[in-house]
Amino acid sequence: MTTLAPAPPGTGGHPRRSRGAPAPAVRSLLRGLPTVPAVVLLAVFLAGPIAYCVYYAFTDMQLTGAAGTHFVGVDNFTRAFKDTDFLNAMWLTLLFVVGSAVIGQNTLGLALAVLMQKATQPVRALVNGVVIAAWVLPEVVAGYLMYAFFYDQGSLNSLLDAVHLPDQNWLYTMPILAVCLANVWRGTAFSLMVFTAAINDVPQELVEAAEMDGAGPWQRLWRVVLPVIRPSILTNLMLITLQTLSVFGLIYTMTRGGPGNKSETLPIFMYQQAFQNSLIGYGTAIALVLLVVGALFSVVYIRLLKLEDD
Amino acid sequence: MAAVATPPAPPVSKSVPAPAARHPRRVRPGRLAINLVLIAVSVLYVLPLLWMLLASVSDTNSFRLTWPSALTLDNFDAVLNVDTTYRPMLNSLLLCGFGTAVTVVASVLCAYPLSRYRSRVRRPFLYTILFSTGLPITAVMIPVYSMFVQVNLIDSMPGTTLFLAASALPFGIWLMKNFMDGVPIVLEEAARSDGANTMQVLWRVVLPLMRPGVVVVTIFTFIGMWGNFFVPFILLLSPEKLPASVSVFTFLSAHDQTQYGQLSAFSLLYSLPVVMLYLLLARKLGGGFALGGALKG
Repeated sequence: MTTLAPAPPGTGGHPRRSRGAPAPAVRSLLRGLPTVPAVVLLAVFLAGPIAYCVYYAFTDMQLTGAAGTHFVGVDNFTRAFKDTDFLNAMWLTLLFVVGSAVIGQNTLGLALAVLMQKATQPVRALVNGVVIAAWVLPEVVAGYLMYAFFYDQGSLNSLLDAVHLPDQNWLYTMPILAVCLANVWRGTAFSLMVFTAAINDVPQELVEAAEMDGAGPWQRLWRVVLPVIRPSILTNLMLITLQTLSVFGLIYTMTRGGPGNKSETLPIFMYQQAFQNSLIGYGTAIALVLLVVGALFSVVYIRLLKLEDD
Repeated sequence: MAAVATPPAPPVSKSVPAPAARHPRRVRPGRLAINLVLIAVSVLYVLPLLWMLLASVSDTNSFRLTWPSALTLDNFDAVLNVDTTYRPMLNSLLLCGFGTAVTVVASVLCAYPLSRYRSRVRRPFLYTILFSTGLPITAVMIPVYSMFVQVNLIDSMPGTTLFLAASALPFGIWLMKNFMDGVPIVLEEAARSDGANTMQVLWRVVLPLMRPGVVVVTIFTFIGMWGNFFVPFILLLSPEKLPASVSVFTFLSAHDQTQYGQLSAFSLLYSLPVVMLYLLLARKLGGGFALGGALKG
């Protein structure tokens, strides 16, 4: 995890040496000076905790009585991978990320973006407005609204009753589905915006040429538009995966991980181990697992982006 | 990094011309059908929002979406007091206002050398920043809590503010650097040859030219912090220090069965500032603000 350490402040860490002349080194140092406040903040509040995280994950630290903290090696991790609750949380996190982000937000965002191209202007404005409204709302408010929506006596069931479909106590019988749908409701705006921008950037000549050659709308979408916006799709997938991986407030507001542990994703499990069971060391080990997963996605994301200059 | 964002693209009327009737085997769904599908999706999207709106002015408490029998402002009256609304909102404003200020100032300063000078550490530095924008901040909260306990920063508003600022920094720096890259360097050189130093150049030449960019970063940082629940939930303890994001949650659990109307009224009040800011952002910068730079690198 040493790569997580902040970069040296400006050029301060590695003054440029050009044959012993001090002037360029001093100059680079001065040039790097404005980065100092940001670097200090990042070092103290992000890199510091991450370094702590790596250390604590190998201890048996508990919330009460920090004096008795011992180094326990990889015990926390072997314990985690034998803990059915942890494995359950891993599985639910996978379901949540794949279901709500990769399938839900990504597909719905793409579908809406494609359909909106052909819709009339007021409808386009309406869709944009409501989808973005759900996205701008604070997390806890979104959680509360979704709780009300999926509640036994809530809007979804009245809607289902109205069309004579069987209703469900969603939050009780299939809480993970409810939180997935909630995350789709809340998060699709992001994918919609990414895809709308990407589709607008597709050269119109390409689409027209395909149409001249007799390609129908589906073929134009599959063979022309989707291949052209592929980089945006990949970037979007990375970003929404990272965002969904760390969703806490939405699920916690809706179900608190329950009933039992039926919607307990890794962030909720981590929180409960650390604060409700007072096992800081164990909770930190879970945090480290989450961080490593996030870091892997982050690396893939950077690879996709490639800094084009210098 | 919930704040990562691209703006809605400008409405572009590039829609493909109507299909030629030459291809009868491809029945293209008509515009009407597409509009209907989109309206149906919008209705599903709007139901929860509509429920909040109606519940807040309704005299009955129900999770069902029903038209209120009588419109009332009692729910707003009930929540508009110091403990329920004013103090939590003020706390949110303090945390997010100062947090945003720190983030914006630090990212402007940090973006300048990154945008203007080439050096050996620039590239690794940029990669580190980009990498940090992807890290799940949720996962960092437990070690942050332990660290804050050790240095006695738990339940400290300034400590929480600084952490919020730091967590928003990677994205702020990245965006700011991209906006700064768009400012032509020629003008700076003119100012420098007139004898201006770096800070003067940054303050008098670069910042005025990238004001829209600074506004975008400021508003997005603020919106992200305003909605942040987990950070203050972990780092603040005293009820009188809690921001609205946490107080609405405690309100939610404490009044579970009866106070949907009041909760909705409060949720509405709490959401209002960010919705307004977003509208301001979308209107003011219209189609021109290409936050897309955040994605394209």
